[in-house]
Amino acid sequence: MTERIIITATINDEETQFMADMRDSLLDALRERIGLTGTKEGCNNGNCGACAVIMDGRLVNSCCVMAAEVEGSEITTVEGLAEADGLTPLQEAFLEEAALQCGICTPGFLVASKALLDVNPHPSEHEIRFWLAGNLCRCTGYDKIIRAVQKAAAQRGA
Amino acid sequence: MQKVRYTRANSVEEAVALLEKGGATARPLAGGTDLIVQARERRRKVDLFVDIKPIPETNEITFDPAGGLTIGAAVPAYRIYGNETVSRLYPALVDACRVIGGTAIQGRASLGGNLCNSSPAADSVPAMIVLEGVANIAGPRGRRSVPVEEFNTGPGQNVLQPGEFVVSIHFPPPARNSGAAWDRFIPRNEMDIAVVNAGVQLRFEGDRVSWAKVAIGAVAPTALVVPAAAEALVGKPLSDATIEAAAEAARQAARPIDDMRGSIRQRKHLVGVYVARMIRKAAERARGG
Repeated sequence: MTERIIITATINDEETQFMADMRDSLLDALRERIGLTGTKEGCNNGNCGACAVIMDGRLVNSCCVMAAEVEGSEITTVEGLAEADGLTPLQEAFLEEAALQCGICTPGFLVASKALLDVNPHPSEHEIRFWLAGNLCRCTGYDKIIRAVQKAAAQRGA
Repeated sequence: MQKVRYTRANSVEEAVALLEKGGATARPLAGGTDLIVQARERRRKVDLFVDIKPIPETNEITFDPAGGLTIGAAVPAYRIYGNETVSRLYPALVDACRVIGGTAIQGRASLGGNLCNSSPAADSVPAMIVLEGVANIAGPRGRRSVPVEEFNTGPGQNVLQPGEFVVSIHFPPPARNSGAAWDRFIPRNEMDIAVVNAGVQLRFEGDRVSWAKVAIGAVAPTALVVPAAAEALVGKPLSDATIEAAAEAARQAARPIDDMRGSIRQRKHLVGVYVARMIRKAAERARGG
């Protein structure tokens, strides 16, 4: 029997209390304990970015964070991006530009792109590619992803 | 994941006590980007994570012109390259921190973790070495300091004794007319492990190099300081000939292995290319470029 712990964190703007195994990663906890399966498990070793979430304002790979570490933290997952009245311009841009093929990397790309636009609302193509270098798309649909981020940035106005 | 417990340390003393009691399978946890993965993949036996991030000293960047720069062992990479003082006075650290993993890794990965993971290819280690970084270590017998260049003893091995952990890394104030730079070779554009990396610091008196330090990584079991490369530069104005002599010294010092990332021949060649490049870049920075 492994140790269970109760963790309280703000997840997608909602205070959430959940029970986790002490050896759960944040990724395990999001998917298995809380039922937020939008965050994907890809490599489970920090290389692919499919599990990216925003933790206390900063992009992290949830597979490389222990669930126990998020006590008191604020977490945003892909489920937390859309507003009550619909998808965000970034999400719309991914749809319009068909910036996905199989889709498994998409939640990570969306969260990572949101984190980019939060700190740099008008990134250059190079800045987008550099920021997203830790997100892998095995279908290799990168160009469309970059175009979607550029489109979302352009829609924000000057 | 192996059966592992997690606990927070709120002070240096508490962390030392937990690590000492926990023995070799208790590990200090900073950003976790190496350690959590190693524990999950059972590449390292771990039964206790001692989270050192709640300790204020591990999370601070402090600078004063007389004393120098101290970076807490757990400060994540993005805070290092986002720090105005570090960017202005220690750009070689920014060179390395900007390319450790991708953005999500840089949200967590730290200099302390990069150092203590003791990979021969660690990006930040040659940069810290040429900046004369010193690891501040706390342990059951109090504090001690170990220069970064003496810290790692082999792949995955370092000088830390049971109960010890790195609290912070200290860098002296930049010397007058000095400049430092670091870069690496990887086959991809980003997000890869170095095939070769190199750091250089130069100091000038007039047009002559008065002091130099050259460190190379991923070409030996630990990052190497190359005194012969520094000797080839010191006392003379920088020229194509002195730069080539330093690059040749680095090629001679390198003891690389053949592996999937690169051959011995390629690594020997590249270490010369990168040492020469970093000498020119360090000189440019010393001249205010």
